[in-house]
Amino acid sequence: MTLPQFTFLAPTSLTEACALLEKHKGKIKIKAGGTDMIVRLSHRAVKPDYLMSLKKIPNLDGISYTPGEGLTIGALALLREVDLSPLVLEQAQMLARAAHATATVQIRNMGTVMGNVCNASPSADNIPTLVAMNARIVASCGVKEREIPIDEFFLGPGRSALQANEIATAIKVPTLAPQSGVSYQKISPRSKVDIAAVNIGAMITLNDDGECQVARISMGAVGPTPLRARQAETFLLGKKITDETMAEAGRLAAEDAAPISDVRASREYRKLMVEVLTTRALKEAVGFAKN
Amino acid sequence: MKKELITLNINGDDHEIAVHPWRTLNEVLRDQLHLTGTKLGCGTGDCGACTVLLDDQSVSSCLTLAIESEGHKITTIEGLAPEAVANSNLENCELNPIQESFIAKGAIQCGFCTPGMIMSSKFLLEQTPNPNEDEIRAGLSGNLCRCTGYNKIVEAIADAAEKISPTK
Repeated sequence: MTLPQFTFLAPTSLTEACALLEKHKGKIKIKAGGTDMIVRLSHRAVKPDYLMSLKKIPNLDGISYTPGEGLTIGALALLREVDLSPLVLEQAQMLARAAHATATVQIRNMGTVMGNVCNASPSADNIPTLVAMNARIVASCGVKEREIPIDEFFLGPGRSALQANEIATAIKVPTLAPQSGVSYQKISPRSKVDIAAVNIGAMITLNDDGECQVARISMGAVGPTPLRARQAETFLLGKKITDETMAEAGRLAAEDAAPISDVRASREYRKLMVEVLTTRALKEAVGFAKN
Repeated sequence: MKKELITLNINGDDHEIAVHPWRTLNEVLRDQLHLTGTKLGCGTGDCGACTVLLDDQSVSSCLTLAIESEGHKITTIEGLAPEAVANSNLENCELNPIQESFIAKGAIQCGFCTPGMIMSSKFLLEQTPNPNEDEIRAGLSGNLCRCTGYNKIVEAIADAAEKISPTK
């Protein structure tokens, strides 16, 4: 369907972009890759007077790595670029797996990881791994910057902690501690292309005795925002990681999940799949942590 | 509201056109430039019928704004066989090997998905010159076909790959 009419803005600096956000507050929407925003415009889910593209702003693309600090994924880094980035594959291969699991080839050639995060969909492919890895979202108002811990970023379906005059400029992913591993698991009706019915990101850090030192588990599509599996995480702390403890962690994760029934899956099925995928994610993450 | 004057480079030719900022690349290709080889299916990036290449990357033209396509190299299905398009004659002119394979292997039925399928195939074969069947199917995961059952399309792409980059 033809898009509703809007004035198109393509600022060439962050300062200019944030000033435009301030000036047109409530009447402006941001686009990066456009793969979600153009659909929302087409469906008249949003009808902004102004559409602002971030594409002409320099230094928002690119993926970089600083030893000791971690990865920085720019707001305009495409899903495809994260999927194939040697830096990502070396430092955080599960971010590449999540990017690869997102939508279609064409969408990955257009859409950005940051866009997937900022849309704040509870089922977003790229969120659970970022939560598991304790990422931070860099937000700029053009004058100053702040870093938002990803645990505080999602306020509800489609709602993030970004202020009306802020632009999310980068995702910072800390370097994994030694003896750590990460996993991303997803289940969806078609297995390719479609939106996750349940997705799980898990990170685990072991000590020299093979006991769990840190566990972070993020569950997608089972609540209004991605949820932490707090009971499972607490249970795992200080425990020797065995098949039994991982199975129990899966069971506890299912207890913390609060899914609804919808076109993709029923509430009951989602709960079961949280258990299965959490256990599976822990097994894979522990495997990486031991190597 | 005012139109903007932009220049789009399509299949090697520059086209200077006036567009409203809310027009998608798909609308401009089809309705303004009459390059109707590129189809419009779902309009939401699910079906792949509108696939074109933007700087050699496959994209959904229904989700791409025309004004943001300026400065990029756009390739449509018409660009794969310029001679056939110029002469409106498919009998004695050269088609792209992927197009030939689609015809030879019976990978075309109603034909609506074909331009998008072929553009996705072109992108796939540029990234992965000798794909296995799984890679072909993954490469087509963003393109829907309601007639063929996909098998003939997968065969056609394997056939085209062998012609373009022989393995033996």
